[in-house]
Amino acid sequence: MADRKVDEETGVDTTGHSWDGIQELNNPLPRWWLWTFYLTIIWGIGYTIAYPAWPMVSGATAGVLGWSARGTVANDIAEHDGQNANLVTALLQADMTTLPENADLNRYAVARGGAVFRAQCSQCHGSGAAGATGYPNLLDDDWLWGGEMEQIIYSVTHGIRNEVDPDAHWSQMPAFGDIFTKEETAATVEYLVSLSSSEFDATLAEEGATLFLDNCAACHGDNAMGDRAVGAPNLADAIWLYGGDREALTYSVENARFGVMPAWGQRLSEEDVRAVSAYVHALGGGE
Amino acid sequence: MAFLDKHAILEKSPTLLLTASLLVVTVGGIVEIAPLFWLENTIEDVEGVRPYSPLELTGRDIYIREGCYVCHSQMIRPMRDEVERYGHYSLAAESQYDHPHQWGSKRTGPDVARVGGRYSDAWHVDHLMDPQSVVPESIMPKYAFLADAKIDGEHIEALLSTHRFVGVPYTDEQIAQAQADFRVQADPEGDWDGLVERYPGAAVSNFDGQPELTEMDALIAYLQVLGTMVDFSTFTPDASR
Repeated sequence: MADRKVDEETGVDTTGHSWDGIQELNNPLPRWWLWTFYLTIIWGIGYTIAYPAWPMVSGATAGVLGWSARGTVANDIAEHDGQNANLVTALLQADMTTLPENADLNRYAVARGGAVFRAQCSQCHGSGAAGATGYPNLLDDDWLWGGEMEQIIYSVTHGIRNEVDPDAHWSQMPAFGDIFTKEETAATVEYLVSLSSSEFDATLAEEGATLFLDNCAACHGDNAMGDRAVGAPNLADAIWLYGGDREALTYSVENARFGVMPAWGQRLSEEDVRAVSAYVHALGGGE
Repeated sequence: MAFLDKHAILEKSPTLLLTASLLVVTVGGIVEIAPLFWLENTIEDVEGVRPYSPLELTGRDIYIREGCYVCHSQMIRPMRDEVERYGHYSLAAESQYDHPHQWGSKRTGPDVARVGGRYSDAWHVDHLMDPQSVVPESIMPKYAFLADAKIDGEHIEALLSTHRFVGVPYTDEQIAQAQADFRVQADPEGDWDGLVERYPGAAVSNFDGQPELTEMDALIAYLQVLGTMVDFSTFTPDASR
């Protein structure tokens, strides 16, 4: 520039701006900074060519690398599935009743099932599978619908008393609040208490035993041991799904209970259903 | 460099500077926002997505009122770990009738985009009454008061109309039947054929197990529909999105 102005004190060029006699020095940006800045611009242009970016008439440019978020997740899943493909195929073909005999496959199934259980089942059955009030403990051998491998697979696949799977386990206890008088309910409850406790009113329990035989035994069995074919719980052990004190039992008799489990066959893959069944079977109560 | 020296003209006139700045910002805004309105693939058309039923919509309002979104997102991101845990990644179409949407990535609790049908109604009641009774390690607060808060759907037509005003395609019939649909969804004994016809796949159930219609019913009706509208066994993802 012809009209270059140089500050006398520092020997640096000025911008020529002057306010009230104060001049602005024109120190250039460091070269490395300036070139890095230019490079980021070039990089930015290249980036929008390589990846989806520019909006066009009917869609955005796809980018020359062909990258997409959906494609990436599909590839990730396919890659992961590929690593386990042999084990998954073996699991799908395995006779589940003899699975524990195949140590390697069993280890894979139980590990995979554990992951499925913690993500999908733990909210009701507990992260340790010990259940909660109203949600069965899966660690013991007190099964409602059967504890054999095939029975567990059926329960997991179709669920219990749900509206979405016509093959779901289904049974419904009548609400005896409409059938029994208060006294009859109290007597029946006393009988139930007598089955697994030593502190009860013998006269009342005896009266309840008759009521039980007439009204409850059809499903729960003459000796109150339950019937897995209809999901009727064993009432003679000391394991109570909804509580075993008189108050909880009275509520159960009067209102009946209606535990629902989703049909996981509609949400999980076949291999996941088999794996989680293997996991549950291996928890300790499997038959 | 004579051209570059002309910036002095802009810098010395506030009006000119403001006008020019606005112009630059406008260009940026148009480039970023405008394409969303014309690009056909912004929201793909997915079969099955329908407006919320009156009871579900009421539940959604309760969900927002109670700040559930502060801890729970409704957006499964397209990443393997999320897809394995929560199910198919969320589609934009699945929240196209959400005003406002409930996306997010901060999760104190789990994502609920596909919680529908995953648990029984009774579980939701137990869990909302006392989360620790079913998930001991949970830090979620108790929402037992929802079971005592009766609702009558007094303003339900107005609520649907408002959503129609912002673009949700509620039909005149849906708005006219809103009050009836609102009640019958929590009454399995009632005549709910019309409801299910107007809102395919709507779950009809006495959600909270009480005879009265409460906020608990509405919230559970909403939770049970989340992520269930699209049938992913027949859905083919378009890779260009």
